Amino acid sequence: MTSVSLAAQQLTITYTLPGGRSLPALGPITFAIPAGQFVCLVGPSGCGKSTLVRVLAGLQPPTGGAALVADQTVTEPPPEVGVMFQDANLMPWRTVEDNIALPLELAGVSREERRYAVHALLPKLGLADFAHAYPGDLSGGMAQRVALGRVLVQRPGALLLDEPFGALDALTREQIGLDLLEFWRQEQQTILMVTHDIHEAVLLSDRILVMSRRPGRLAADVAVTLDRPRAIADTYHETFGQIAASVRDAIERA
Amino acid sequence: MKGSRRESRPAGRAFVPLLLPVLVLLVWQVIVSLGVYPEFIIPSPAAVLAKFVDVLRDGRLLANTWVTLSQTLAGLIIGVALSVLLGYAIAKNRLLDDLFSPLIIALQSTPVVAYAPLLVIWFGSGPTSKVVTSALIVFFPMLMNTVVGLRSVPKSLRDLMLSLRATPWQMFIHLEVPAALPVLLGGLKVSATLAVIGSVVGEFVSARAGLGWLINDARYNYDTPLVLVAVLMLAVIARVLYAAVGLVERRMLAWRR
Repeated sequence: MTSVSLAAQQLTITYTLPGGRSLPALGPITFAIPAGQFVCLVGPSGCGKSTLVRVLAGLQPPTGGAALVADQTVTEPPPEVGVMFQDANLMPWRTVEDNIALPLELAGVSREERRYAVHALLPKLGLADFAHAYPGDLSGGMAQRVALGRVLVQRPGALLLDEPFGALDALTREQIGLDLLEFWRQEQQTILMVTHDIHEAVLLSDRILVMSRRPGRLAADVAVTLDRPRAIADTYHETFGQIAASVRDAIERA
Repeated sequence: MKGSRRESRPAGRAFVPLLLPVLVLLVWQVIVSLGVYPEFIIPSPAAVLAKFVDVLRDGRLLANTWVTLSQTLAGLIIGVALSVLLGYAIAKNRLLDDLFSPLIIALQSTPVVAYAPLLVIWFGSGPTSKVVTSALIVFFPMLMNTVVGLRSVPKSLRDLMLSLRATPWQMFIHLEVPAALPVLLGGLKVSATLAVIGSVVGEFVSARAGLGWLINDARYNYDTPLVLVAVLMLAVIARVLYAAVGLVERRMLAWRR
């Protein structure tokens, strides 16, 4: 699928508390992500990052304003978008292979085509030997790879990733991040990834959106000017440190 | 990979489950040999065995077993089907939950034995009243398990299915059923043995055939060996049904091991 743009226009989320008081949780926030760009979203916890992802994914309607995918207002989960959550969220009764194939199965893709698509993906995910394993037998890193496979198998035009590697140890998350970059290099999907790890955001993305404290608004929009392809060695680069410092600064002022 | 974790028992351990029954038989025989109680209160194991062979030969045992078993199975199937349907509706709909819950809790805490006579008055002393009693005794625990099972479906997996644009039917068949299955099968295991009780309670009230009727009939004639044969047969039925559900469970929940 060709990559699609993502945007938010004056988007707000306000919760009504028991007793009628209203609690602004997010926004108003406005941004536009052109097709094919890799953007990371950072900000203090509770600022509404995950909520923003849910709205863009069509899982929750905004209170005001609009979320747009491919310039269309989101009213239900858009078919072009693949979502990945912090928890691997696998079905424990399905094997690795069947978990990855789930989106295709729901879309009515034939069994042979599903097998073909999944088995093309498994080696790239480092899961070649685990096609028939159950999630209960996998490590946290492997489970997240399965979740990544499940979102990639849909060949989505845009990926919404909500702290996808947040629960993994530092080494595992760096490696799986670089693997994600490799998939992105080949498919050029638009990616919006929530992370609380500045290091990860600078290493992976083209651009970092910094959100303010609740109700989250756009506090800063930092361009990551490092060359591609990226490697771990880039993290020792002077520019890397400068960008990371400016992002940290923006979060602290936010 | 499946089953590799389940270690095979060492040869000697296969006999462990047999130890207690053998011990019970021995104690039983000793009590009889001491002659403390007359034969019509505690008959000897040999007398019970002889009675067993007797009623097996003249066909009474199998005929009555079949009556009870068929009533039990019919009650189990009807009770499970209805409770799963209503349970699904209740789990999905708060209004139905509020409507039915008070009545269900009230009925569940009423012993079946108490209203079984009513069922016989309404449905006659034939098999129908026993099927209804079985279905009712199964209904409430199975209903609870269905509601609990369906409510235990993680919200995060629901979100995943929604983001994949799953239809309500796909949500049901690919998420709700497999997620609720462990709890449902747990309920089915309990229900299988409860259904036997329902059948027998119905037969105790009024019947013309079945193991419960046989027990009552034998009791009036002080035929204690026959009572024991029928009781053991009921135990066998319950155990076999329980094992059958266990087998289904192991096959369908292979992923849990």
